[in-house]
Amino acid sequence: MTVITDCPGTDSEDAGKTSACQGCPNQAVCASALPKAPDPAVEEIRERLSSVKHKLLVLSGKGGVGKSTVTAQLAFGLARHEDTQVGVLDVDICGPSIPRVMGLEGEQVHQSGSGWSPVYVEDNLGVMSVGFLLASPDDAVIWRGPKKNGLIKQFLRDVDWGELDYLVVDTPPGTSDEHLSIVQYLSSAGLDGAVIVTTPQEVSLLDVRKEINFCKKVHLPVVGVVENMSGFICPSCQGESQIFPPTTGGAEKMAADMGVPFLGKLPLDPRIGKCCDEGKSFLSVEPESLAAKAYKEVIQRVEEFCSSHSNKENVLNPVE
Amino acid sequence: MATSSKADGAADLDNMSGVRHVVLILSGKGGVGKSTVAAQLALALRQAGKKVGILDVDLCGPSIPRMFDVEGHDVHQCPGGWVPVYPDQDQRLALMSIGFLLQNRDDAVVWRGPKKNAMIKQFIGDVVWGELDYLIIDTPPGTSDEHISVVENVRQYHPDGAVLVTTPQGVAVGDVRRELTFCRKTKLPVLGVIENMSGFVCPHCTECTNVFSKGGGEALANQFNVPFLGCVPLDPQLTRSLEEGQRFVDAFPTSTTAQAIGRVAQTLLQTGGQQETMETS
Repeated sequence: MTVITDCPGTDSEDAGKTSACQGCPNQAVCASALPKAPDPAVEEIRERLSSVKHKLLVLSGKGGVGKSTVTAQLAFGLARHEDTQVGVLDVDICGPSIPRVMGLEGEQVHQSGSGWSPVYVEDNLGVMSVGFLLASPDDAVIWRGPKKNGLIKQFLRDVDWGELDYLVVDTPPGTSDEHLSIVQYLSSAGLDGAVIVTTPQEVSLLDVRKEINFCKKVHLPVVGVVENMSGFICPSCQGESQIFPPTTGGAEKMAADMGVPFLGKLPLDPRIGKCCDEGKSFLSVEPESLAAKAYKEVIQRVEEFCSSHSNKENVLNPVE
Repeated sequence: MATSSKADGAADLDNMSGVRHVVLILSGKGGVGKSTVAAQLALALRQAGKKVGILDVDLCGPSIPRMFDVEGHDVHQCPGGWVPVYPDQDQRLALMSIGFLLQNRDDAVVWRGPKKNAMIKQFIGDVVWGELDYLIIDTPPGTSDEHISVVENVRQYHPDGAVLVTTPQGVAVGDVRRELTFCRKTKLPVLGVIENMSGFVCPHCTECTNVFSKGGGEALANQFNVPFLGCVPLDPQLTRSLEEGQRFVDAFPTSTTAQAIGRVAQTLLQTGGQQETMETS
């Protein structure tokens, strides 16, 4: 009976030496390396991000639940006061949606003496994504893990964010290279926590429970869980339907079972998807909608979490 | 016939030598319904009298076991390798997923690329599929380790190609076009594009709302000059069936959704039939 054990990490002291390494094509490479010193990039990243007050990851585990949508609306919402500085970092290298949903498709990255400049939506809202590095929207980034890790390291080390109140990091689905790398490289810089996005049905919750356990494993605090696409109101008859039914109690029950906070429910409003396709802030376009009000409550809870946690105290243990 | 390009003597030891057609379900975008389409297609092909296997290579988010109500089933070993999980007595459906290998379903599989690649190679080489008409491979979103490894490892078996699933809106299509580029670069034939979650008919008033917009999948197929396999609507009965591990296409065969899936299955059968005719002529 096969037992699944975890890769210790290519940077770990045990790299190449544990039972999990048996049969891994990378085993010889990992095992032959000299005793590991901490990656110098970790310290460089800590220094670069020392001007960022609060760092948040948006995670899911499940694809297509609305991580990029929530990241974008969260960023637009946090940046509503022009003296709050917000940055968005998109580390979904294979499927970078952030440029489109924030209205920055086709923009290019510029280098300055102090590093890469983010692309600005507003004066106080800057964005970085691999999407800006691609020549064409059809270009595929067909990279294996190590190369993706290299780009993430560069993004964290070389982007000149300046002084930020919030840095929100959008991630791809899963619990793999990108997630391990972000957590490892930010281990000294400090992460306030993770906002977990899901949809109500069990097929999503199955993956999201794994993501929450990943957070626990790497000692990443969970800001809370957001239940997206939670109920649909027909624009014609106002009847409510559960397109993605919470057959096992939905995200609220899951959050309670797993001992993490629940941030709220966001309804399924076709206008949200439309705003994402057009790169507009849904909160600005439909501020009186039920969905916008729900978003505002979630954003408020995130702000409260951040202000009650000093990020200087949040030093993560690196993944073992 | 999906035969390996090894010497004849070695073919007997190849667990894939009894698999006639290999079809990949790809997207690039997460949450568009790859696993749903893989599961329903497999059931539709089975309804058409075929023996079908599903290989779930989504190592971080394996959905297939629950969709067939076989969560918690064990995988057993035999001299030839791993025995797939058969949800039915007649063994005309065979499943393999990392979900069956987890001790606890909430365990996260936190693996970097190299270990994922090794697992996928094992899944392709070490599962004793026996005689199968179709092996459907369900993939995670993206264009990374899992996709590169699957294509590298099945190339020798001459896959029929890939079915790409998208939802209609621009943000999804934006990722799926990258997956089409991936197919082009890896010379994987594209069998077509399905536009999933295409419209929702309100059960209270029958008004159709384009919850995730409309038409993006068809436009993408036209732009890339690949077949458009049709629209599949958002169907709460389908979602509920998946949740409960019920067989949707078996339970609701006359529904719009089941018929749309049936048409995709027919396309696969026709393509597969043409291939077999070419090989035997």
